Amino acid sequence: MDDFIAARSQMALSLGFHIIFSCIGMVMPFFMAVSHYKWLKTNDEVYKNLTKAWSKGVAIFFATGAVSGTMLSFELGLLWPKFMDHAGPIFGMPFSLEGTAFFIEAIALGFFLYGWNKLNKWFHWFTGMVVGVSGLASGILVVAANAWMNSPAGFDFVNGKYLNIDPIQAMFNKAWFSQALHMCLAAFTATGFAVAGVHALMILRNRNAVFHLKAFKIAAVFACIAALLQPLSGDISAKDVAKRQPAKLAAMEALYKTEKPAPLLIGGIVNEKDKTVKGAIKIPGALSFLAHGDFKAEVKGLDQIPENEHPPVAITHYAFQIMVGIGTLLLLVSLTYFFILFKKKALTEKRWLLKLFVFAIPLGYIALEAGWVVTEVGRQPWIIYGIMRTKDAVTPMPGIAYSFYIFSAIYVSLSVIVTFLLYRQIKMVPILYNKTEQNDN
Amino acid sequence: MKEVVITFLCMAILLYFLLGGADFGAGIIELFTSTKNRSKTRKTMYQAIGPVWEANHMWLIIAIVILFVGFPFIYTTMSVYLHIPLAIMLIGIIARGTAFVFRHYDAVKDDMQWLYNRIFRYSSFVTALFLGIIAGSLISGHIDPQATDFYTAYISGWLNWFSVAVGFFTVALCGFLAAIYLIGETKEAHDKRRFIKKAEFMNIAAVVFGAMVFIAAQRDKIPLIDWVFKSTVGLSAIVLASLSLVLLWYLLIKGKTKVLRILAGFQVTMILLAISYAHFPNFIRLKSGDAISLLETVGPEKTIYSLGLALLLGSVLILPFLGYLFYKFQKKEE
Ligand code: HDD
Ligand code: HEM
Ligand code: HEM
Repeated sequence: MDDFIAARSQMALSLGFHIIFSCIGMVMPFFMAVSHYKWLKTNDEVYKNLTKAWSKGVAIFFATGAVSGTMLSFELGLLWPKFMDHAGPIFGMPFSLEGTAFFIEAIALGFFLYGWNKLNKWFHWFTGMVVGVSGLASGILVVAANAWMNSPAGFDFVNGKYLNIDPIQAMFNKAWFSQALHMCLAAFTATGFAVAGVHALMILRNRNAVFHLKAFKIAAVFACIAALLQPLSGDISAKDVAKRQPAKLAAMEALYKTEKPAPLLIGGIVNEKDKTVKGAIKIPGALSFLAHGDFKAEVKGLDQIPENEHPPVAITHYAFQIMVGIGTLLLLVSLTYFFILFKKKALTEKRWLLKLFVFAIPLGYIALEAGWVVTEVGRQPWIIYGIMRTKDAVTPMPGIAYSFYIFSAIYVSLSVIVTFLLYRQIKMVPILYNKTEQNDN
Repeated sequence: MKEVVITFLCMAILLYFLLGGADFGAGIIELFTSTKNRSKTRKTMYQAIGPVWEANHMWLIIAIVILFVGFPFIYTTMSVYLHIPLAIMLIGIIARGTAFVFRHYDAVKDDMQWLYNRIFRYSSFVTALFLGIIAGSLISGHIDPQATDFYTAYISGWLNWFSVAVGFFTVALCGFLAAIYLIGETKEAHDKRRFIKKAEFMNIAAVVFGAMVFIAAQRDKIPLIDWVFKSTVGLSAIVLASLSLVLLWYLLIKGKTKVLRILAGFQVTMILLAISYAHFPNFIRLKSGDAISLLETVGPEKTIYSLGLALLLGSVLILPFLGYLFYKFQKKEE
């Protein structure tokens, strides 16, 4: 394997791995806080057990998220030293603030996990909220750093030198808001559907239905609200991309020729050699509308962009299709769920709805990974859009392929173990939480 | 602001050595504990470091973020020429961090525990060893950016007598810190005696490896003796460290466990100070005889200003919270 490809693959793998755990770390504390709040208000033991059961899951995920994040902060240098040499001082601001947010999160988590029966109960609840809020804040900050790579700001690039560096301006670059908003919603959608789905499965199997129904409801409401907002925020993102990264937009839609008005392609097989797309459904004018809010507007195609600045079209296009397809599907699931809630139908009787949620367990995460592929692969060949090419940033050290193999093996084994642990955690629910009290922590 | 940022960097590195080090040490101690006492050691350890272990590791991240934001050249030089030891240390961090949590949170306690324990112990050892190797390499003067062959560029920078000796020295120090820390965490006289034994053992190991470090320095032509004995600060630090060792053993016999911890921390701090003071603010010594200095590679002014501000603001938010965490979970012991 070529070292450059190995470095890219290792980066993608590490990020793709970390993002799953960080999303759980960002979102689960809010689910727990709701359940915890209900316990404090109603004194219903089930909510207390639910909070504890979730918090054990979260502890497993948090540790995995933290070590994979530590890994990433080294990897930026291990794999992309020339990028970090210039970018560090410019886009580092969010990372240093993020340090603070992480720290607070870690401390608050210490309080929360070990604070049962030791702290004032509302202070204890509050520490749980702090975990969630600081997790969300760190998510937003890191995404702002990534947004800077898509939309560089806060410096002047003169003759290959980076002058007049202003880290604050770099942080509030043009892309940060749309990306951060979309990312936060994605975290809620993905984690919400995954959690709701797992509990739906337990209800279907008739295991501790009271416990799992309460869990299901909390997660499903968060998930469905987020899924309703997701396409709206995605539309903001798309308009944003059209403005700042026309090459990415063209790749997302496999638009080889500039068109006015431009049709939206759904599906289709991309042939990168002949620059054609076969078998796609065309919706006339829809892309013009998506990108510019006007059915007749012109959309820049790849023909207006130098060949050596084209991103990989097929991957970007397929990934975008997957994300939007799943987004639409989850939107429909959410609408159905709210309709049933509105009609006040008993959920346990709607087994098909629960089955739908079980089906949706992995979908949110698939969309999330696909979305990142759109953003990151669609930025290629640039690491800093329009400023530095990815291949110029890679480490001079040979043999990165081995590093890639080793880390892949580690990530695969970690995923297997975490899944296994979670499976056990869920399987043990009847034993651990059916009794009135159980051992602490 | 430069000074603020550098102070925070040194603080973060020091705290990582002390707190993270004690954390690695706990695994190292477990490695050197006889099978029949292991489960007890494990329990004491979990109670001791469970609530704070996550926070301990933040110091590493703070240090790394300060480096890549404020001193990118140092960060990238390390990343390129110490790629291999850094990657190994990272694998260690991943393995021990996850194993530690998995073994506690696994809902079923069965044979998997055996696996988690193994991983935790060995990776604690490896992580501490490579942390030391990296620290040693930074000052060993073997890093060579002009190198043209793979071995000189990516291997001999860290695989040399001095760096490896510092690695083992670090392992012993970590074990020592952890043993001292654990003495105060257990109530049973029998266990106390066990941890005191461990502290003795690690202390002797530290002295032996400390001597090795000097021998290796001599062999690799590193002026370690000059740094330590020819500068007033270096010398006083070593004298204080030795004096506190005497005091430490006296207190150990008296059973004053809380002061012990402070003293052990103080001792390690003095050792680090003695080694690093003479060439501060140089951060990396190169084979060519040049050095990369913190002051000369500091990032652009606005960046440093915002970074410093973020750090100050962060500590105002964090320190009271962190202090309360330690306080709250210390108090339960009494
Ligand atoms: C649950 C996950 C999820 C779902 C259902 C969607 N997205 Fe998404 N999308 C993401 C998760 C995501 C993401 C992983 O979070 C990305 C990657 C970078 C980012 O900011 O968000 C993303 C990026 C992203 C981008 C690129 C932004 C950029 O590069 O700056 C666009 C244009 C869209 N999305 C558009 C949409 C549309 C029109 C959707 C319609 C339903 C949609 N997304 C659903
Ligand atoms: C969009 C991408 C990212 C998001 C949303 C995100 C979010 C998070 C969150 C919420 C956590 C808390 C851990 C948890 O709760 O499990 C975390 C941990 C961490 N992340 Fe990320 N992260 C992202 C990418 C990155 C990148 C690129 C880096 C490094 C440069 C990084 C560095 C870290 C570090 C060092 C930690 C550990 C902090 C700790 O110990 O608590 N993250 N991340
Ligand atoms: C966590 C969510 C993220 C995912 C899933 C993700 C995914 C990816 C993927 C798939 C690539 C490889 C692209 C290619 O080479 O074709 C990549 C590259 C990269 N990403 Fe991200 N990314 C995420 C967030 C971030 C963030 C927050 C940062 C930095 C602040 C970042 C920095 C980088 C860098 C430096 C590269 C390598 C250079 C490049 O290929 O352009 N990523 N990422």
